[in-house]
Amino acid sequence: MSREEILEKLNEIFQDMFDDEDLEITEETVADDVEGWDSLMHISLIEEVEDAFDIRFTMVEVNGMQNVGEMVSIIAERM
Amino acid sequence: MKFRELEKNCRKSTEGFAEHMTLAILGDCATQHLAKAIRGYAYTKEIAMDIFDADYDQMEAQILDPGSELYEKQPDAVLLWFCTEKLYAAFCKCTDRSRFAEEMMEKYKRYYALLEQRLGGRILQFNFTEQDDRVFGNYANKTAESFLYQLRKLNLMLMEEAQLQKNLFVIDLAYLQNQYGMEKIKDAKMYYLAKMPLSTHILPQVAAEVLSVLEAIRGRIKKCVVVDLDQTLWGGVIGDDGMEHIQIGELGQGQAFSDFQNWLKELRKRGILLAVCSKNEEDTAKEPFLKHPEMVLRLEDIALFVANWENKADNIRYIQKTLNIGMDSMVFLDDNPFERNLVRSLIPEITVPELPEDPSQYVSYLQSLNLFETASYSGADKDRTRMYREEMDRKDLQKQYGDYEEYLKDLEMKAQAKPFDPFHYARIAQLSQRSNQFNLRTIRYTEQEVEHLAKSKDHLTMYVTLQDKFGDYGLISVVVLDKMPSDTLFISEWLMSCRVLKRGVEEFIMDQIVELARKNGFQTVTAEYLPTAKNAMVSELYERMGMNKEGEGRYRVSVSEYQAHKTCICQEGELQ
Repeated sequence: MSREEILEKLNEIFQDMFDDEDLEITEETVADDVEGWDSLMHISLIEEVEDAFDIRFTMVEVNGMQNVGEMVSIIAERM
Repeated sequence: MKFRELEKNCRKSTEGFAEHMTLAILGDCATQHLAKAIRGYAYTKEIAMDIFDADYDQMEAQILDPGSELYEKQPDAVLLWFCTEKLYAAFCKCTDRSRFAEEMMEKYKRYYALLEQRLGGRILQFNFTEQDDRVFGNYANKTAESFLYQLRKLNLMLMEEAQLQKNLFVIDLAYLQNQYGMEKIKDAKMYYLAKMPLSTHILPQVAAEVLSVLEAIRGRIKKCVVVDLDQTLWGGVIGDDGMEHIQIGELGQGQAFSDFQNWLKELRKRGILLAVCSKNEEDTAKEPFLKHPEMVLRLEDIALFVANWENKADNIRYIQKTLNIGMDSMVFLDDNPFERNLVRSLIPEITVPELPEDPSQYVSYLQSLNLFETASYSGADKDRTRMYREEMDRKDLQKQYGDYEEYLKDLEMKAQAKPFDPFHYARIAQLSQRSNQFNLRTIRYTEQEVEHLAKSKDHLTMYVTLQDKFGDYGLISVVVLDKMPSDTLFISEWLMSCRVLKRGVEEFIMDQIVELARKNGFQTVTAEYLPTAKNAMVSELYERMGMNKEGEGRYRVSVSEYQAHKTCICQEGELQ
């Protein structure tokens, strides 16, 4: 799966979770850019993404992700 | 259902929902996701759930401090969540490990006492998910000093405590762990990162369990299972194959059907009514119940047997009317998708599980739905089917009489009215949770509250038992009276089992209430009717009983002017 494909799949998950069909995330998107992306939502998001891609993030990764791009990189590495 | 959907439900408006509940969640771990799951799940049941979710390090303070937000909020119920991770940490610090479970239980009991005293509502508590540190390996089962030993013991002690503390309800997380496995329910990193002992993947199931218990406490329970016969209770078609060839017991896939029948029989013993609804000739359909040596269910297990060629929705309506229970308390089991869809579309209130095609999956599938949650159980439940069958005999007798009054006289009814006593606390609480139709103010009492009322000086209480020549109805009515100023007695609750309607029992009880007032020196009896979606049948009860309407739903009668009724019920024993 290419970075673009991963991002596309992530975008669908984000749209669904934040209940916003117009949401368009990029690799530069950070939590502050998305309404409702707080620390609680981050946990649900992580578990949803793990499920969707059938991967597990490590504790350090969950804590250290700075933007969507970093999430994409980790997923790309695992697939 | 997925957690994500529940989370979204939390953002939807609950305006217009008839049911409201308030729940406090107190955990020694992070509970915000759980709170969302519960609120989102309540939404699917059209319940507006208001949740007070305390911070995890606030748990003790909320319980101990009499001025805490918890006590200010006065929630209907409190959910306690002590997690296994914290339990293990405490265990590691404990010096007398063989007594660890007892020590923890002592602490919980102090909490229960405070909550009981300051809130009086229901307490729900998760039991512990099982986990072993494998420090002893399998030897953990052989020493009281192992964590596994103490954890399992504590889970058992919770069950024992819940039998004593009638307000305490255990929610079985260990069961969910068993069903879904460690992999699905936990992710260690989430505990380290966010103090979350459970993964969001399992929270919908956890929320479902919590809601089941809360709803059962509110009286939303299943009372009857309506079953089809061919391919549901046995393999094959009785009308075509004949009794010798239906699959039950040793024949063909018979064992799966036997186990299914066995499970239904267990439900029957717990007090769930079984009714048959089958497209068959009645005699053919009944034959296996009478003659087949391997049938687990016999005719006396079935409260009502309906076999004909009418459509099933009509038959189910007939069953519902005859048993006199709410349609939403019924479950319909049929292997045929056509019948299921027909019933579902014509009777939306009834629960129609989507039975798997493979009969070997019937039991495990139905068990996974947890349809039969209850908030009470008494030994008398196993007799419920017998009582309904006796009721059918009465109706048969009634048909032979032209004059209803004559029929009532011939029933030889005897009733007893007595103040609440410890032998009946459980049944009184249960009846208060089950009665929806004949229920004047729909107050639900737990056993603990019943006991409190029995001992209180501010109340008079009464329960009524009834029997007739066909059998014993047991305890059929509950009355709670509040002593008010100026010699007034207020009927703060009156509920009755609908099985005994139209026999003069209401009149008998009203007479008893006024008599009780007279004996205790009261001049006036007042009463109130609070309407709900289900109790319209008693909207005019008090007027019929001879009370005077004073305002919307409020009634009054003076003891000296009250005219006692003429009934066909013989009173046994003396009032208090």
